[in-house]
Amino acid sequence: MQIMKLDTLAQSIGEWLRGTGPESDIVMSSRVRLARNLPQYPFVSRASEQDRADIERFLRERIAMSSAGPGLESIDVGGLEEIDRQFLVERQLISREHADAQGARSVAIDKLEQVSLMINEEDHLRIQCIHSGLDLRGVWEQIKVVDEQIEQFVPYAFHPRFGYLTACPTNVGTGIRVSVMLHLPALVITRQIDKVFRSLHKISLAVRGLYGEGSQAMGDFYQISNQTTLGKSEEELVEQVGDVVPVLIDYERRAREFLVRETEQNVHDQVSRAYGILRTAQTISAEETMQLLSRVRMGVLLGLIGDVKIADINSLLVRTQPAHLQKIRGIELDTKDRNIERARYLRQHFEAGGQNVN
Amino acid sequence: MKCQQCEKQAVFHITELETGAVRELHLCEDHARVYLNQTEGGGGSADEAEDAAAAGGAAGQLGVGQTADELAALDQKACDMCGITFFEFRNQGRLGCPHDYVQFAKELEPLIANIHGATEHTGRRPSRSPTTAEAAAASGTAELTGVIGLRQEMKDAIVREDYEKAKENRDAIRAIEDRWIPPARPESQE
Ligand SMILES: [Zn+2]
Ligand SMILES: [Zn+2]
Repeated sequence: MQIMKLDTLAQSIGEWLRGTGPESDIVMSSRVRLARNLPQYPFVSRASEQDRADIERFLRERIAMSSAGPGLESIDVGGLEEIDRQFLVERQLISREHADAQGARSVAIDKLEQVSLMINEEDHLRIQCIHSGLDLRGVWEQIKVVDEQIEQFVPYAFHPRFGYLTACPTNVGTGIRVSVMLHLPALVITRQIDKVFRSLHKISLAVRGLYGEGSQAMGDFYQISNQTTLGKSEEELVEQVGDVVPVLIDYERRAREFLVRETEQNVHDQVSRAYGILRTAQTISAEETMQLLSRVRMGVLLGLIGDVKIADINSLLVRTQPAHLQKIRGIELDTKDRNIERARYLRQHFEAGGQNVN
Repeated sequence: MKCQQCEKQAVFHITELETGAVRELHLCEDHARVYLNQTEGGGGSADEAEDAAAAGGAAGQLGVGQTADELAALDQKACDMCGITFFEFRNQGRLGCPHDYVQFAKELEPLIANIHGATEHTGRRPSRSPTTAEAAAASGTAELTGVIGLRQEMKDAIVREDYEKAKENRDAIRAIEDRWIPPARPESQE
């Protein structure tokens, strides 16, 4: 395991943003995470500073010993500046909670940014795996192997009845969270989204907005995940989420067709205006950028905009966020200057015909 | 105690456990029924904390049907290993250590049933040593959580300069760890 330099990451983009894979017009990414804990230490929230340092070192060294180790690079999250932690959150390599936590903590990631192992998040170890498009099966097969490789060298806290033991009883049992991130602009525009979510809650799936605060999703990106972790096998939980995705895809496709059929001029106008603003604005917030990129993304998929690639838009969704923008520009900026810089970055990006601008 | 919704005697004392917050409700039988029906399978609230959100609509009700006195006694109960009290757990929504699932098994069971609609794990099990995997993992966990208590005792012993006791505990910890932590693979260590 090597120590990684973040600046090299800023130049690239994670595999899950490629915009490829099955159903990637609607399914942005598929993700699974497993919560695991060491039995010989208190859970993180009750662990002393010394405990946390010991847990971090124990897990980092043991992961390095395992067959999963050679492909991974470790980042000392506790030792990072706030902007670098934010950068990792924007790339979905660590959670906001992990970024904001106290004490010794780290993350190990692979080169493709498909696998990330958070040490000392809410649980001692959170294994995450993410793929582009709809590929829950593939994600599950991959994470299962990583889990088994680590288990060769790490004792996991396990109870014959309750399963894998976690800091919060909401994760106990399998410790698994299966999720897909969906882009559902047409369901939002046609005001069907709330109805869809109410029906998801009934079958105990959770929905949340991706980038926004609370339930208000920014840019029409939503994450669907399982709510329960005990009583069903991992495969059953993967299926529970997987089964509902084709239904949602179908709803969204139909809503898109409806928009084109019934209100084509209107949709074309909205999409073109969004594209126009992104190409010409002199100052623009992260929120507005997200919202407009969402519209343009839909426009590209509906064939209303010809010269933009989906992978570019996916990449811009991450690269126009605050920490990324500052890393790419190499300077720290306040909100006002960020908005100016973001607009400049977008203009240059589209002028260059979608090439990454540094 | 009166029901919070009407003049009748409160017989249900419900603790809503949400991420980072706890809410106490004291209700009569009728209002408790209304309340429990409302919350059952209700809308899961979105939470900023990664994945911890899932409690959502299925937030657990604790101590349904218990008297206030019984709840107070329960709150005092502490884990032998990490020392967390049940009250602290209810406040924070986070357990103190893996042993809590053994120590508070009886109290956690209704909560777990409420969150998951089940109390039996049916998924994967540790497979480190194929022949005895399950039993080994369970007893390994039982012995290794003992290390949490031994470590605390050792610290206390050092503070009161009882080095004999501290050494005893250190040896006991080593023995348990040697037994249950898989051997390291030195050649691949950096
Ligand atoms: Zn009442
Ligand atoms: Zn404990």
